[in-house]
Amino acid sequence: MKIMVAIKRVVDYAVKIRVKPDKTGVETNNVKMSMNPFCEIALEEALKIREAGLASEVVAVSMGPPQCVDTLRTGLAMGADRGIHVEATTGLYPLNVAKIFKRLVELENPGLIFLGKQAIDDDCNQTGQMVAGLLRWPQATFASKVVLDKEKQVATVEREVDGGLETLSLDLPAVITTDLRLNQPRYATLPNIMKAKSKVIKKYTPQELNVDIRSDLEVVQVIEPPKRKAGVIVSSVDELIDKLKNEAHVI
Amino acid sequence: ASTLVLAEHENGSIKAQTVSAVVAAKSLSEDNSVSLLLAGSGQSLKDAAKHAASCHPSVSQVLVADSDKFEYPIAEPWAKLVQMIQQSGEYSHIVSASSSFGKNVLPRAAALLDVSPITDVIEISSSSQFVRPIYAGNALCTVRYTGANPCMLTIRPTSFPIPPSSADSKCNEAPISEVDLSTLDEDYLGKSRYVGHTSQDAERPDLGSARVVVTGGRGLKSAENFKMVEKLAEKLGAAVGATRAAVDAGFVPNDLQVGQTGKIVAPELYLAFGVSGAIQHIAGMRDSKVIVAVNRDADAPIFQVADYGLVGDLFEVIPELIEKIPEKK
Repeated sequence: MKIMVAIKRVVDYAVKIRVKPDKTGVETNNVKMSMNPFCEIALEEALKIREAGLASEVVAVSMGPPQCVDTLRTGLAMGADRGIHVEATTGLYPLNVAKIFKRLVELENPGLIFLGKQAIDDDCNQTGQMVAGLLRWPQATFASKVVLDKEKQVATVEREVDGGLETLSLDLPAVITTDLRLNQPRYATLPNIMKAKSKVIKKYTPQELNVDIRSDLEVVQVIEPPKRKAGVIVSSVDELIDKLKNEAHVI
Repeated sequence: ASTLVLAEHENGSIKAQTVSAVVAAKSLSEDNSVSLLLAGSGQSLKDAAKHAASCHPSVSQVLVADSDKFEYPIAEPWAKLVQMIQQSGEYSHIVSASSSFGKNVLPRAAALLDVSPITDVIEISSSSQFVRPIYAGNALCTVRYTGANPCMLTIRPTSFPIPPSSADSKCNEAPISEVDLSTLDEDYLGKSRYVGHTSQDAERPDLGSARVVVTGGRGLKSAENFKMVEKLAEKLGAAVGATRAAVDAGFVPNDLQVGQTGKIVAPELYLAFGVSGAIQHIAGMRDSKVIVAVNRDADAPIFQVADYGLVGDLFEVIPELIEKIPEKK
């Protein structure tokens, strides 16, 4: 069985982002870019399944500008077998990504797809669900535990939902999106980084895949959120209780 | 305009976050007619439908999908149901709360309908223009929807509070009608099956809608110490929250996590103990009305958003608070 994993290149999670003065977006020039943390978790899970002998190949897919190849190399250094880069210079919304992904699935025939539950830049939390919908495949979002039964071709997935954990059983092929607590992604070792340089990254364009990249969304502006003004420092519990009671009237 | 709101219900009642979605739907346009869509089976669905009919004066119709397929809120049949209803109903908007249910179902339904959904709307500027947080709330993005009907949204319940008057207005009961499910059958729907659910302590108020939230962070140091936070919450009649660090350290279960990737809360009073104030955490509680922070580190970023800060040892402060805070009324 083949596993496909989607990985997105985003502003590194530790960078304090800056909104552009012209309000068109967030500054990404000269900013450290990395693999979306949820995608790292998705890739790690796929690699663990392959290492357990339940899958034969892990294919990492990234979409966007030429620099996505760097992100794919990171994925290959973590252990993915090969990469696919769909080069697009215009912005891609989740629906565009899902349509391209569907075409790649038709070409590659994976038995399982992992995606991060959301990207930490646009915070959309949509792509996995949309890929599953377009393919008419079962989906398990926000996974915190995945158990694969190769014989029965079933994945049992524990999901983080409001008010607890839900367990679903999915017939393969299926789409799983990964949450924070699923695993601890590995670091790429130096020998693996060297090895990754010779792994294959196949390139496509949306046109070659016959996917029409139209958009039904338009960004009007991006601004900084209003700042909360800092309050006062109180010196004792008694003063705090007094303020909450007589000034804020909340207790 | 006409809007379909995807409803969540439990024990025969509509959830508060769904009523918030109705509030949001109402603000899409003046003459908006709002239909609530419920799915489930049995008596609890019937009770929920009755509640739905009078849960908010803006609800003009209640649609009920009664089938074993909807015994549990599974995405596959739900998305198919939404697609089916849209094909006969032609709604201009489809809205749900951005709960784990809404985020699971609505994007899948949007893919079936070939439209781009908009996640986590916090402000509705017009029927096609919306504000949503990006980069964990560090920027606000205004987007315009330019596609064909329906425009699909998930809304943050904390941004669309329910006016106190709407709960008891029984004056107009919306008509309830059953959805014809004869064309819902597709064999792929059986490929995902519900196995089980483990839920946490149901005695405390729900984190998402509590009036007071008491949160503990890494500073609590252990699951044992975290019980102090729970004790204080009990005294205040508050919900308990936690930071990602506290959840990852195993002090408390995952569903208590407040933050960008956890729950978004906006209570009247938010008390944070031993919370440093990571961006991701602040994104989940910044809309609280009054924020109190207690931390030993005077430079902790949490103090930059707190209305009242107390620099001190929380192992002394919490017991003192438990002792001195007045009993809840």
